[in-house]
Amino acid sequence: MTEVLQHQPAIPARPAAGDRSLYAASTKMRRRNAAETRFRLYGVAAVAVSLLTLAIMLFTIIRDGSSAFRQAMLTFPVTIDAAIVDKTGSRDPVQMARVTTVGYGRLLGNSLAAHLAERGIAVEGVDDGDIANMISKDAPARLRDRVLADPSLVGQTIELTVLAAGRIDGYIKGRVTRETAERDSNVTPGQLEMADRLIEAGILETRFNTAFLTAPDASDQRPEAAGLGIAIIGSAYMMVMVLIFTLPVGVAASIYLEEFAPKNRFTDLIEVNISNLAAVPSIVFGILGLAIFINFAGLPQSSSLVGALVISLMTLPTIIIATRAAIRAVPPSIRDAALGVGASKMQAVFHHVLPLAMPGILTGTILGLASALGETAPLLLIGMVAFVTNYPSAPPEGVLDPATALPVQVYSWASRADPAFLERSSGAIIVLLVFLVIMNVTAIVMRRRFERRW
Amino acid sequence: MSVSLLSLLVLALAVAGFLIGRARALKAAGGDARRLHSLPGYYGQSVVLFTAVPAFLLMAAWLILQPILIDGRITAALGPQVAPDATAAQLAMADVRRIAGGLDAMQAAGGFTDDQIAGMRADLADIRGRLAEVGVALGAEVRPEIFEAAKSYRLQQKTGAMLMSVAVLLVAAAGMAFALRRIDRDFRARNVSETFVLWLLIGAALIAILTTVGIVLSMLSESIRFFGMYPAGEFFFGTVWNPQFRGGSDLGLLPLLWGTLYITLVSMLVSVPIGLFAAIYTAEYAPQRVRNVVKPLIEVIAGIPTVVFGLFALVTVGPFLRDWFAQPLGLGTSGSSVMTAGIVIGILNIPFISSLADDIINAVPQSLRDGSLGLGATRSETIRNVVLPAALPGIVGAILMAASRAIGETMIVTMGAGAAAKMDLNPFEAMTTITVKIVSQLTGDTEFNSPETLVAFALGITLFVITLGLNVLALWIVRKYREQYE
Repeated sequence: MTEVLQHQPAIPARPAAGDRSLYAASTKMRRRNAAETRFRLYGVAAVAVSLLTLAIMLFTIIRDGSSAFRQAMLTFPVTIDAAIVDKTGSRDPVQMARVTTVGYGRLLGNSLAAHLAERGIAVEGVDDGDIANMISKDAPARLRDRVLADPSLVGQTIELTVLAAGRIDGYIKGRVTRETAERDSNVTPGQLEMADRLIEAGILETRFNTAFLTAPDASDQRPEAAGLGIAIIGSAYMMVMVLIFTLPVGVAASIYLEEFAPKNRFTDLIEVNISNLAAVPSIVFGILGLAIFINFAGLPQSSSLVGALVISLMTLPTIIIATRAAIRAVPPSIRDAALGVGASKMQAVFHHVLPLAMPGILTGTILGLASALGETAPLLLIGMVAFVTNYPSAPPEGVLDPATALPVQVYSWASRADPAFLERSSGAIIVLLVFLVIMNVTAIVMRRRFERRW
Repeated sequence: MSVSLLSLLVLALAVAGFLIGRARALKAAGGDARRLHSLPGYYGQSVVLFTAVPAFLLMAAWLILQPILIDGRITAALGPQVAPDATAAQLAMADVRRIAGGLDAMQAAGGFTDDQIAGMRADLADIRGRLAEVGVALGAEVRPEIFEAAKSYRLQQKTGAMLMSVAVLLVAAAGMAFALRRIDRDFRARNVSETFVLWLLIGAALIAILTTVGIVLSMLSESIRFFGMYPAGEFFFGTVWNPQFRGGSDLGLLPLLWGTLYITLVSMLVSVPIGLFAAIYTAEYAPQRVRNVVKPLIEVIAGIPTVVFGLFALVTVGPFLRDWFAQPLGLGTSGSSVMTAGIVIGILNIPFISSLADDIINAVPQSLRDGSLGLGATRSETIRNVVLPAALPGIVGAILMAASRAIGETMIVTMGAGAAAKMDLNPFEAMTTITVKIVSQLTGDTEFNSPETLVAFALGITLFVITLGLNVLALWIVRKYREQYE
């Protein structure tokens, strides 16, 4: 203390009267108070910055992505011309299948051009070919599937609603302007002018895009047709399998470690292992999956089974940690009471502790699954980034079919060149976030509802 | 017999075993359950465990081992003309599997009998055309050796599956008979089934260790193969990263390590001050109502998938930094840069640091604060001079763990840092990291015999060692320097 006192300025014997009052802060005190205010402001600023970035992030995603749920569609009458789609006139699907989508594309283009001519809608410099190009390249394939499934349509005139081309869609959403169109080989300013006229005529309009949630992915040239169907199925398969793999194993391991494990080096080894596994970078689990499940065990690449196995190994430590906390929260008096009336240790655990810990275990499991749902990096390594256009078949065999996952779809769309895929990518994030919010809210509600204070 | 049908059969056996075992025990006690050692259900349970568990274990082992054994035998049978080296053998095996799958499809579609397929000859019939009809497109004409191998592959698979069904059902029946024979009035069924369950629990706990062993072994074995093709010294100390598909690549680790550490440094400069101050504010200053709102909101950041941060880096942060900082300052024209990735990883780590630090600050006993405040210190002086020093080991641990997360982060750097491996000081240049290169070397069509692919495993084990080391160090610091106030 003496050292400290030596550094202090000498205490003034008597402050000069009128010089300073006890109610007015001294210069030093003012400095200290200013430092206090500054320090506190740093804290407020830190919180504000974190919340602001969160807000900006969510805002940009919703701004970019919400338009993915609406899509420009053209509605016009189409006469399914037998001369094009069924040259033999036999109505035999095998013969009709020889007509490729090119033929149907011509059919659609001609029909739209004819319809516009009939209604007197024309823009200078926009010929029939340009009009046909305003229809999505995906539309002929859809029409072909429909006609092959129902050959009686041949010869009829049906009112058809088809996707407009991606650039036209982009024009309605503000992504494409007349200036960009001049430099763009895929669209001309005249076509945009035509799009305006079509909107006035009620032929072109934006509608809710259910295909975004159900359709498979589409190639680079057809962003307007790309959907999340396979990604949602793949993610759902994976989450169900992750739940089946991790919940029993995680609960069993936690019961052993909390209730039965003797305190020895072996138990220590397991515990250190689990906490370290929780901190291993996710990409390392991807390498493990590639080396063991695909190269060594020969499971098919890109399959949701391999994805689920990898994610399960990653999620297991999280679930074990949550389950152990839930089991530990059950007071010892419960066990003592059970043991006291003659239950064996196993009976005390399975009949009393486990049911009481169940809400906590399930909450932890749901949160673990939520983080597993967003996991991307390991799935890239096991080939789930592949371009898949066939829906996986129903489980159990379907788990071996190639599939993709929601977060992986976000990544693969984000890495494509056409800015239209950026909208899709953000839209996919919105879908992903909706699932995450549902899972988290379920966990919170469960915790509120079943939480027990002992 | 399909795997699902076999599983159902085993389960049905187990259920039957339960009922028979229970009835048998009751009969042994003359219908009076009180004369039994255990409750009747335990007799049934012991039969269930002995019936189902060994059978399912056998099935799992068989499903894993059978493809490996058959692949090995077929590859050996192909011989050196067809498969002179490992790469050719892999390609040939891929063909064999596709043709075998095509034959299955042909059988399903065309109603061929097994004998007809066995009699097909690749040099006589148009196998390629027939396979194309059922949707299996082949690049080239089918070579007779490969076709014969595919037929034998199919045959062996069928035999294997049949043997598995027989073996699994035999094991299930044997286990059931064994357990049923043991049942009498004095059989300690509860103890037996509880011991059995205990071993199952231990087995579940061992999966964690198996995972670690799997990680280490899989990466180690492939890394050793890599170092057999590429000198370890050049990998660890090489300053050029330039993989070539035709061989002669330079695979130096240092540029990747530099990018990784640089990005981690930037991210820590963002996350440590913001995370710490946010924790100090929520723990020490904020009124309860504010705290109840702010803390969960900050933790929402932690619940957002990293790929979302990646897109944020790619679309928002990257162009913003490029247009407002890099280009006006003449530092570069790249949207993806060390700064972009570093800042976004920093944001990702804010909730990690703030929630850990919040817990640690709350664990500092109130008496220390009261003492300091009572001596006339202001709150900020108390925090700086008393609370933070007391919480320091925990905070250092949290920072090290955040650094380990930043080093292992993949999606943000893949989307926001770029792919150019260089050692530069300019933070607005695109650089690359270990994780980015693991992804780029292992995605797409890879063959596992070139150093360009295997290097990913060496990178993986380097990453694993670095992150594990940081975590162990963090735990050690926390344990060694933690003050115990109780």
